[in-house]
Amino acid sequence: MALPDKLTDTLETLEMVPDRGERIQLLIDIAGRFEEVPPRLARRPFAKEHQVPACESEAYVFTEPRPDGTLDFHFAVENPQGISAKAMAVILGDALSGAPPQQVAEVSQDIVYQVFGRELSMGKSMGLMSMVGMVAAMAKKQAEAKSS
Amino acid sequence: MSEIESRGYVRPEVLVSTEWVASHLNDPGIRIIESNEDPLLYATGHVPGAVEVDWTRDLNDPVRRDYLGRDGFEALMRRIGVTKDTTVVFYGDRNNWWATYAFWVFQLFGHDKAKIMDGGRIKWANEGRPLDKQTPSYPASDYKAAERDDKRIRAFRDQVLQHLEAKKPLVDVRSPDEYSGKKLHMPEYPNEGALRGGHIPGAASVPWAKAVNPDDGTFKSAEELRALYEGDAKIKPGDDVIVYCRIGERSSHTWFVLTHLLGFDKVRNYDGSWTEWGNLVGVPIER
Repeated sequence: MALPDKLTDTLETLEMVPDRGERIQLLIDIAGRFEEVPPRLARRPFAKEHQVPACESEAYVFTEPRPDGTLDFHFAVENPQGISAKAMAVILGDALSGAPPQQVAEVSQDIVYQVFGRELSMGKSMGLMSMVGMVAAMAKKQAEAKSS
Repeated sequence: MSEIESRGYVRPEVLVSTEWVASHLNDPGIRIIESNEDPLLYATGHVPGAVEVDWTRDLNDPVRRDYLGRDGFEALMRRIGVTKDTTVVFYGDRNNWWATYAFWVFQLFGHDKAKIMDGGRIKWANEGRPLDKQTPSYPASDYKAAERDDKRIRAFRDQVLQHLEAKKPLVDVRSPDEYSGKKLHMPEYPNEGALRGGHIPGAASVPWAKAVNPDDGTFKSAEELRALYEGDAKIKPGDDVIVYCRIGERSSHTWFVLTHLLGFDKVRNYDGSWTEWGNLVGVPIER
């Protein structure tokens, strides 16, 4: 299944920035747009079932259903130095909120490498991939609930 | 006596304070190096004059799971303008995990003029010290590297197997849930990159974070560290100890503590760690 359109656009935009320094600055700017999950959806201490496994930046994922059956994705990142996690959260939130759940469910964790490049430490990539995996899993549940 | 010296370490000189670093920013004999887990962090601002050494990009072989060789290390040192007489001072995020890992890799090549900035990046930032976004450039040096020596402080799979069969001490520095092999509740997520959970038989569990003060990431006093390792884990400075975690990053932190702060004679970091052991066919695992 094709990637959600907005995610395709985002990945293409990042790929058009070949210079590593410029890409890093772009991702830092993206991270600067991070907004935490609104209190109406979740407050501290955040429930463990929303915590992204293997993410050392202690990130959390939340969903809010839209009337059309799609989901809004919201995030929290507890590590104040978790810049990459915040950048990934903004990308996922912007690109996948409102997208068909079945499409979101099939987003590959490998997009992490398209965003950050291949030069990620194993620990960092696993955490970021886990975030993508959690978003996809939540979308899958929503897609299954819609079809039943 | 400085505060660090008052903590009773065997080699207090290997640890420097943020204040010390601040007063040595323009010291030509010092090269400050930031090593982080987060690849974006350095560019958001770093200790003025610090260069970035990225563990993945700069210290690893791009094809094999191994560290760079002599030529690569030499090129790196020349690029960041380090000579044999330069003292490198490492710091970074995640309580200096990657800083101690870079420090450890530098020791494979024998560059022992090396220190760690206590408290790492977050302590520097929380103290309101300056962060500079400019990437510095230093004249290339003519550094001549030694061949990498893997015997002294690095342990490989077969050595670990012999070690456990001889019932010699191992320290697992991962979290209690990783140590016990407790599975994550959603099976489609990577489980620390390993097919099996648990720990190497006989390994004592001493999560790495117990070695630092949680409020500022500084290392605990020698007395507190001895209670942890010699008391709880029952290892002694004369023991032959192997430490491990998932890929060797947290265990390099513990290696640093045992070797330099507590003066243990023989500590080796098993960098294959659980991502290797937990995927290895036929090796014993305990839960």
